[in-house]
Amino acid sequence: MTDQPPVLDVRGLRVDFPGRHGTVTALSDVSLTIRPGEILGVVGESGAGKSMTGLAVQGLLEPPGHIAGGEVWLNGRRIDRLTEREMQKVRGREIGAIFQDPLTSLNPLFTVGQQLTETIRLHLPLGRTEARARAIELLAEVGIPAPAERVDHYPHQFSGGMRQRVVIALALAARPKLIIADEPTTALDVSIQAQITALLRRLCDDHGTAVMLVTHDMGVIAETADRVAVMYAGRLVEIGAVDQVLARPGHPYTRGLMGSIPALGARVPRLMQINGAMPRLDAIPPGCAFNPRCPDVMARCRTDRPEMRGKPGQGACACWLMEREEA
Amino acid sequence: MIVFLIKRLLNAAMVMLVVALLAFSIFRFVGDPIQLMVNEQTTQAERNELRENLGLNDPFLVQYARFVTNAVQGDFGMSYRNQQEVMSLIAERFPATIELVLMATIISLVVGVPLGVLTAIHRGRWYSEGLQFLSIIGVSLPSFVIGILLILVFSVILNVAPAFGRGEVISIGWWTTGLLTPSGRAALVLPSVALSFYQITLVMRLVRAEMLEVLRSDFVKFARARGVPAWRVHYRHALRNCLMPVVTMTAMNVGSLIAFALITETVFQWPGMGMLFIQAVTFVDIPVMAAYLCIVSFIFVALNTLVDITYALIDPRLRTARV
Ligand SMILES: Nc1ncnc2c1ncn2[C@@H]1O[C@H](COP(=O)(O)OP(=O)(O)OP(=O)(O)O)[C@@H](O)[C@H]1O
Ligand SMILES: [Mg+2]
Repeated sequence: MTDQPPVLDVRGLRVDFPGRHGTVTALSDVSLTIRPGEILGVVGESGAGKSMTGLAVQGLLEPPGHIAGGEVWLNGRRIDRLTEREMQKVRGREIGAIFQDPLTSLNPLFTVGQQLTETIRLHLPLGRTEARARAIELLAEVGIPAPAERVDHYPHQFSGGMRQRVVIALALAARPKLIIADEPTTALDVSIQAQITALLRRLCDDHGTAVMLVTHDMGVIAETADRVAVMYAGRLVEIGAVDQVLARPGHPYTRGLMGSIPALGARVPRLMQINGAMPRLDAIPPGCAFNPRCPDVMARCRTDRPEMRGKPGQGACACWLMEREEA
Repeated sequence: MIVFLIKRLLNAAMVMLVVALLAFSIFRFVGDPIQLMVNEQTTQAERNELRENLGLNDPFLVQYARFVTNAVQGDFGMSYRNQQEVMSLIAERFPATIELVLMATIISLVVGVPLGVLTAIHRGRWYSEGLQFLSIIGVSLPSFVIGILLILVFSVILNVAPAFGRGEVISIGWWTTGLLTPSGRAALVLPSVALSFYQITLVMRLVRAEMLEVLRSDFVKFARARGVPAWRVHYRHALRNCLMPVVTMTAMNVGSLIAFALITETVFQWPGMGMLFIQAVTFVDIPVMAAYLCIVSFIFVALNTLVDITYALIDPRLRTARV
C-alpha cells in the first residue's frame, strides 16, 4: 500500500485572505499526502484550518481567499493552478465531497434522484435511464433500503443519517479517487455516527478510495483513520500513523487533544487539559504558535519556530522536544 | 388541508364584508342619493315615492344586506352620471386595466429577475452596485413623474410611441384587446413600462436579497463541490429556491398594481378602470366609486387567498407533511 503513488499530495500549501487590515494567512506550510485506500484523519481545534485545507484542495476558497503558495497534486496532476472551468471537472469527478450537515447539503426542491443523476451525467457519459439506474445502485451501495422507491423522494423525507448516506452517494457518484469529508458525523446522533464512519471505511476499502476525514473527534480518528494530521493555528504540528501517534504523540498539543478520549486515556497516562485558547490568525505569537499554552515550553519555543521533522511517509512533528529526544 | 382552506376562505369573506360595509357607507351617507338623481321639477311626493321604491327608508342592516346581495351578483346599480349600469361600465374598462397590469407584471419579472440574480452574483462590482443605487431611485420616483418623463422622451422628443389612449382594439366576446393590433401594442408600451418601474425594482431587490441568502447555503456550496457549473448552480439550484417568494410577491402585487394603475392611466389617458374612477370622483358618481372599491378589493383579497393556498400546495415539504 505504501509504495503506491499518493492520490493527493499537498506541498507547502499557504492560503491568504487579503483584507482591509492587512493579509491574514489562514494556512501556512501545510504538506500532506494520502495514498489509495487510505483514510487520513485531520484534527485540531475549531479554527485550526481543517476545513480550509479541504476547500483549498477543491478550489472552493471564498474570495478574496486564495492559494498563495505551495502546490496541490492530484493523481499526478497539479491542480492548484487550474482555471475555474477546469476545476469544475475535477470537483465531483476526481474529488468527492461530504459536508458536515446533511440537513442542509441537499437542495430541498429536487428529489435525491434528480441530484444524483445531475452529478452522474455531469461527469460520466451516461443517458438519462442509465444514470437513474446508477443512482439507484449508489443508494443501495450506501445502505438505503428500497432504493428504487427512495430515489424519487425529496431530501426532507429522509432522516438525518439517511440524508448523510445520500450525500455520500453523491460524493461517490463518479467514483472519485479522493473523498474530502468535512466532519461528516458531527451533526448526527452518536449511534448513527458509528454507522456512517463504518460505511466510509468500507467504501474506502472496497474501492481503494483515499479519504481526507476532517473531524475534531480523536475517537473517530482512532477508530477509522489510518494516519492522522494534527493542525494548530493554520499549520500542521504532527502527522503520522494513527497507532504510532496515539501511542507516542510527539507534540504536546496532540497529547492535549488526546486527553479528550477516555478510552485511550486509560492507556496513555492521564493528560492535562489544554489551557487557554488558540490564538487568532492575525495574532500568532513568534516562535511556536502553541508556546503560550504548552506545558513543556522552553525558551527557544518563544523565539524560533520548529519545522516539521521526521522521515517522509512516516511520522513527522513540529516541536523542539523532538530534537532533544533525538540528541 | 381542508380546515386550512375553509379558514382562509372565511377570512377572505370577512375582509370583503368589511370592504363592502365601507363602500356601502360611502354610497349611503356621502350626499343624498335622491338629491343627486332628481332635478328641480321633482315634487316632494315624487321624491318620497322614489325614496320608498329604492328602499332607502329600510333599516340600515337591511339596506346593507341588499347592497351585498346585489354586489355579489354583480349589480352595483346605475351610474348617476350617464344612467348606465355600473357593472357594464366597469366591464367595459376592465380589460384595458388588466392588459396594462399584466404587461407591467411581465416586464417587471423579465427585467427584475435577471437583474436581481446578476447583482447578487456580482456583488461588489461597480455595475452591480450601480444598479443597486439606480433601484433606490426607481423606488423613490413617483410613478406620474416616470410617466411624464417617458412621454417627454419617447413621444415628444423621439416620437416613437404614442403618448395616450389605447390604440385600436379588437373585441373578443365582452373582452376588448389591444394586443392584436399594431397601434394597440404600441400604445401599451409606455404605460406598462411606467407602471412596471416600481415593480421592477421590487422584484430585483427581492431576488437579490433572496439570492444572497441562498448562495450562502450549504446546498449551493455542495452543488459546487459536486462539480456543477457556476451558471447552473446560480440559475437552477439557487434561483429556484428564490422563486417562491418572488411568485408570491408578484401575485399579491397585481392587486396593488391595479390600484397604482390609477395614476398611470390618468397620465396616459388609458381608458381603464382607474380613469373611470377618477372621472367618477369628479362627478361624485358614488355607485361607480363604490363598485370600483369593491372590485379592486375583491381582486386583491382573491389573489392573496389564492397565493396562500397555492403556497401550501406546491411546496413539497408542506405537501407531504399533510398526507
Ligand atoms: N474570509 C475569511 N477571512 C479571513 N479568515 C478567515 C476567513 N474564513 C475563515 N477564516 C479563518 O480561517 C481559519 C480556519 O478556518 P477553518 O474553517 O478551516 O477551521 P476548522 O479547523 O475547520 O474549524 P471548525 O472545527 O470550526 O470547522 C479560521 O481561524 C477562520 O477564522
Ligand atoms: Mg471546519
